[in-house]
Amino acid sequence: MFGLLGPNGAGKTTTVEILEGYRPADGGSVEVLGVDPHHASTAWRERIGVMLQSSSLYPGLTVSESVRVFAGYYTKPRDPDEVIELVQLDEKRDARVRTLSGGQKRRLDLALALVGDPEVIFLDEPTTGFDPGARRTAWDTVRNLRALGKTILLTTHYLDEAEQLADRVALLREGLIVREGTPAELTGGAVETEIRYRRNGADVIEKTTDVTRRLHELTTQALARGEELDELEVRRPTLEDVYLELTSQ
Amino acid sequence: MRLFLHELRTEQRLFWRNREAAFFTFFLPVIFFLVFGSIYGNDTIDGVRGAPFLEAGMIGYGVASTAFAGLAITMVIRRESGVLKRIRATPLPPSTYILSVLASTFITFLVEAVLLIVLGRLLFSVGLPSRPLSLLAALVLGAAAFAAMGLGLTGAVRSAEGSSAVVNFVYLPMAIISGTFFSPAKYPSFLRAIADVLPLTYFTKLTRDVMVRHHHIWSETGSIGVVALWGVIGLVAAVRGFRWQPRES
Repeated sequence: MFGLLGPNGAGKTTTVEILEGYRPADGGSVEVLGVDPHHASTAWRERIGVMLQSSSLYPGLTVSESVRVFAGYYTKPRDPDEVIELVQLDEKRDARVRTLSGGQKRRLDLALALVGDPEVIFLDEPTTGFDPGARRTAWDTVRNLRALGKTILLTTHYLDEAEQLADRVALLREGLIVREGTPAELTGGAVETEIRYRRNGADVIEKTTDVTRRLHELTTQALARGEELDELEVRRPTLEDVYLELTSQ
Repeated sequence: MRLFLHELRTEQRLFWRNREAAFFTFFLPVIFFLVFGSIYGNDTIDGVRGAPFLEAGMIGYGVASTAFAGLAITMVIRRESGVLKRIRATPLPPSTYILSVLASTFITFLVEAVLLIVLGRLLFSVGLPSRPLSLLAALVLGAAAFAAMGLGLTGAVRSAEGSSAVVNFVYLPMAIISGTFFSPAKYPSFLRAIADVLPLTYFTKLTRDVMVRHHHIWSETGSIGVVALWGVIGLVAAVRGFRWQPRES
């Protein structure tokens, strides 16, 4: 699973739409499953699943009918009822799409992306607008897909989502990848670890790449003076710090 | 063929599920037939009885409402809601999709024409068409030409909200000026001048010549030519202006 992370307007959707075949690339070469997506055949479309950034559904159909309509476009679809269960819409099976909440519509979009049993799945901001509980549920669904051996490209501006789901993450800014790696690689390395404590009633914040040595120095000095380092805190950078640092430059 | 039938079934289900659209495009001509038929069904218009004159006129109004207005509004809404874009990412070939949509539109229009003819027979003692094959040929020509114009018009409409306003602005005056309700012979000359270039004038003339005056369709080459010419203009506009992706985004 690959995560594309970046602020609004960074080019996430543009990138995904090039990979989905909606628009031609301005330059360079693009291949998905060995084919240039912009000139891809219907056979290629059998092998991809797409969840667009905004919901794209027929309001008058029920959940079950919607999934069956899309299942009919593929030669080897998955069982529609199984897919509805997978996105946890079984209780809404016979509800009209127009009566669904925003989060439920997104889950139906996800079901439509999965029903063709694709090898490569594009998810463009799949959980935007979800409440925290629904987001956890959606994450579980996506993790299950990964367990099935699917390749997934996820775009998001939620850092925790990328951190939770993606094996590799690329940070995008103004159309360029400014950093790429596993979430651990991105948060390790260059960015400094923060050490905070209180001294003489004032907050002290230090940043260092040599945490062990600096911490040893600080605590040794404090002990020698017989002082306490109040509220001592050592914080590894999160993806959010990396993100803010790289995208605000 | 499997995909075509699958999509045709879907289109028919979507049409009848959407009550507002079904009312305006399908039932309104039927209601007008009943209302105006009761008012002047037994008067003499252009040398024929009012009821058969109106019945043929309402088939003209029906082609404008189902194949032109209804199709244009539906396709703009689907384009702006992202449904068309989403369908492009499935293995359903675009040509199969468009053909299914057109076939579904024709079926709806055909059902409407049959309903008008049956009601005319039962309520207003209008004889059944004496030249059924000529009538069928006229209906196919009209549906194709007006559907092409409907698809051509979608390029001129920017938003889903504006679609019914723009489409109604075009088709309601056209339906009245073209003489689907009344005889254009009594119109002031400037209205007749407009009527003389409108495609619906010639389609309605064609249905009246075939249904009321029992002409063979091939003796009406002038009307056929104008309707077909407008169809070609619509086709060119459709090829140039039809979009799969939302205009507003």
